[in-house]
This record gives sequence, C-alpha cells and structure tokens, in this order.
Amino acid sequence: MQFPDNLKYSKDHEWVRVEGDEAYVGITEFAAGELGDIVFVDVDTEGESLDKDEVFGSVEAVKTVSDLFIPVSGEVLEFNEGLEDAPESVNEDPYGEGWMVKIKIADASELDGLMDAAAYEAMLG
Amino acid sequence: MNNELKSTALTHVHEALGAKMVPFAGYNMPVQYNGLKLEHAAVREAVGMFDVSHMGEFFVEGPQALDFLQMVTTNDVSRLLPGKIQYSCMPNAQGGIVDDLLVYCFSAQHFMLVVNASNMEKDWNHLMHYAPQFDVELRNESDDYSLLAVQGPNAIPLLQTLTEIDLADIKYYSFTVGSMAGINDVIISATGYTGAGGFELYVPNAVAETLWNAVMKAGSAFGLLPAGLGARDTLRLEMGMALYGNDIDDTTSPIEAGLSWITKFTKDFVSCELFQAQKEAGAENKLVGFEMMERGIPRHDYPIADESGTVIGRVTSGTNSPSTGKNIGMGYVPTSLSKEGATFYVMIRNKPIKAQVVKLPFYKK
Repeated sequence: MQFPDNLKYSKDHEWVRVEGDEAYVGITEFAAGELGDIVFVDVDTEGESLDKDEVFGSVEAVKTVSDLFIPVSGEVLEFNEGLEDAPESVNEDPYGEGWMVKIKIADASELDGLMDAAAYEAMLG
Repeated sequence: MNNELKSTALTHVHEALGAKMVPFAGYNMPVQYNGLKLEHAAVREAVGMFDVSHMGEFFVEGPQALDFLQMVTTNDVSRLLPGKIQYSCMPNAQGGIVDDLLVYCFSAQHFMLVVNASNMEKDWNHLMHYAPQFDVELRNESDDYSLLAVQGPNAIPLLQTLTEIDLADIKYYSFTVGSMAGINDVIISATGYTGAGGFELYVPNAVAETLWNAVMKAGSAFGLLPAGLGARDTLRLEMGMALYGNDIDDTTSPIEAGLSWITKFTKDFVSCELFQAQKEAGAENKLVGFEMMERGIPRHDYPIADESGTVIGRVTSGTNSPSTGKNIGMGYVPTSLSKEGATFYVMIRNKPIKAQVVKLPFYKK
C-alpha cells in the first residue's frame, strides 16, 4: 500500500495535497480498498465554505456509502468532474486522477493537526 | 447469545486466498476476494464459486413428512417428485414470513429443507412447534454440511470434468446424488441465487476442502474465480430475487412480496386464510423493482416518497448493478404505484431522487 510523503492525512482516511493556499483532497488507498469498487462520488458542496470535519460529499461503492469529511476548513472550489464518468479512478489512482475536491484553505494552522505519511501508516497498524 | 463467530470448513482457505472476511449471520464469511465487480462479471460471463456453507440443512423424515411440509410451507409439496426442488416460504401465524427456503424431495417421506443461516434457530423452533402434530422426525444437520455454489455459464463444462454424471441432464430445480471429484454422495443441485445457471453442491464438511480444491484446479481453464457474499448479493438483486431480512421478513406477506406464485391455496397451511383474503382484496402494498431515473444509489431502508414529499414506502434492497451500470432497487410501495412505469422518489441524503418501476428481473441475458 502507498502512503505518499508529500500528503497530509486525516483520521477519516482523507488525504490533502497543499498547493499554496489551496489544496486537493481525496481518500486514501486504504479507504478506497475498504469501500471496494467505487461507482459514484456525490459532491454538491461546490462553492460552499465548510468547517473542518463537515461533510463535503459522499462516496458510493457497490455495497456501501460513506460520508466524505473535509480535513481542514475552507471553501470547496472545484469538484473533480473526471469522477462523473470514471469513479473507478478513486480505486485505481487514489492519489492522482482520483482526487475529489480542490479547496481554498481558510486556516493553514489546521494543517498541523493532520498526520504525515509515517503517522498515518502507523495508525493503520 | 454466543457471540463467537463460527467458521465454515473453508474459512482458512478463504483467508489464505486473501479474502476480505466479514461477520455474516454469525459466521466469518468472505465478502470479496479480488473485487466485487470482477467476481460478479466472472459469474455472469464465465464461472464463480461461492462458499455458502452457513446455509442450514434440516432433514424431515417420516410417514407424515409430506403432510407436515404442506402445513408449514406455502408451496404445494404434493407436486414435488423425488429428485425435484421447490422454492417456498415458511409462513408464521400472523401472515408474515418466518423464512424462505428450498425443499428437496428424496421421497414422499424424506425431504431436505435449506434455510437461511440468520434464521436457523428461529426456523427450527417454528418447525418444532408444529412437528408434534405429525408423525415426523426432524434433524438439523447444518453443522455437518458444507455447500459450494458453482455458478455461471461455464459451470457445466467445468464440473463435467469432475464427474461421469451427465450434468446437462439435470434440469433447473432438480438434483441428483452421485460422485464428483472422487467424493461419493455429493448432492448435485441445479439451483442458485445468481440467475447465471450452475450448481449447488452439498458435501460433508470433511471433504469440503477436497471439493473446493478440485473445482479451483479444474476451473483455471474455464475462467473460474472464487466469489464472495458481495457479488452474491448484487447477482441476486439483478435477478430481483428476494433476500430475507431485506425484502421479506416476519411482517411481510408472500402476497405483498410478489411470491403468490409459490403460495398455493390448493391445501391448508399456516396463515392460508389471511393470505387468501389478502389476495382477493388486493394487497395494500407491493414489493416492486425500480430503476433510478436521476443520479443516486438506493439503499436498504431509504424512504420512498410521492410527488408531494409524503413518505409512502421504503427501499428494501439497492445497489449499482455491475452488469448494467444502472442504479436499481426493490421496495414496498402502495399497490397504486406498483405498475410498470409508475414513478416515485427515493430520499437519498434528504434529496428526492426520481425512480421508475420496472419489470423484474433487472438483468436479462
């Protein structure tokens, strides 16, 4: 399983890739594997400002549905439209093509509360 | 209650194959091996093998075995010949369903009932309540039997390499007892829960692994994949087959559930007056199949609402269909909204998403 070093991780199995005051958010390879074959990513919070840990959407696998939590407060700038036609990207390339939303970070200090790759890997045990 | 998870004779085999294991009906069962969609497709297009040893096997023997089964099941057992199988319901006295089951006829005095693992104890107690009125003996041999379901268009050619019995001769819902993979007395049953064709094989636990390994080895030439309970559920739902605990339960009647075809008023049975009255008056609600017309996946227990937003029913099963890509479900709605083409709304995360009633099965070959 992969845990890219350039990402920050949340206890809810989301990852964050910071680019300036913006960030890309997705779910980890572990989370995607646990969910199974993902068939629908439902995000209807584009344009909304959300507080840390608020639900920004949901991810539907064949058998289950799971809420998606925003790891740091911010405005949802963009949903990855590529997932409309290819939700399986979340399984196949969770840290690349499978990104879910781009956000504008409201408070960069919240990033310090997230885990680095080693800490996340250790949490999974 | 004993909270310890039971293993099947093959649990260690699933673990060695890297299956994701989940608790199901008190058993530690494989939900998937390499991916639900892969396993689902293997069953539709080639062949898959499921360990469903958690299912219960009860044997009913005695001079009044037939009379007993006529009383406790909804289908007409008198029409069942030796070597034939019947899908049926066990009704309760309140007009609900204790369980759905398969009835295997060895002779008019010797039957096997195959019941859901989750209901095993309830079924047994229910049957034992009626048994004293009849000259019958019941045995629960669930812990002694393993059950492998080999399902898909390649099931016949694959299994034919392991037996001299002409498998093409065993008609749907028939069975024979014979030798397979060097194992004697295998119950070879042309049944399944997938709509893909194939066989269910009942063997004593001691030889379950021998049979599993023989099928796996022979299966490599036929595209066989081991398949888990996840694919089993999507396969049965594509065929519109009811799952006990989801689509039918102690409070739903076979008439509402679309099971009139296995409810025969040619004989007396538990709750038959209730069912007949319901059939004549017309059931208030019906179990229907529906497809989502807008994006969203229906799930068990999501509310169903009408145009005005009033909740009128509930989803009992739902998924994204791996074979068709459509989002499909089953649920109870008022009979007035149960006709093909009727529309209603499934409440998904508090949003009404439009759905349309369709004919079952959802998937046709």
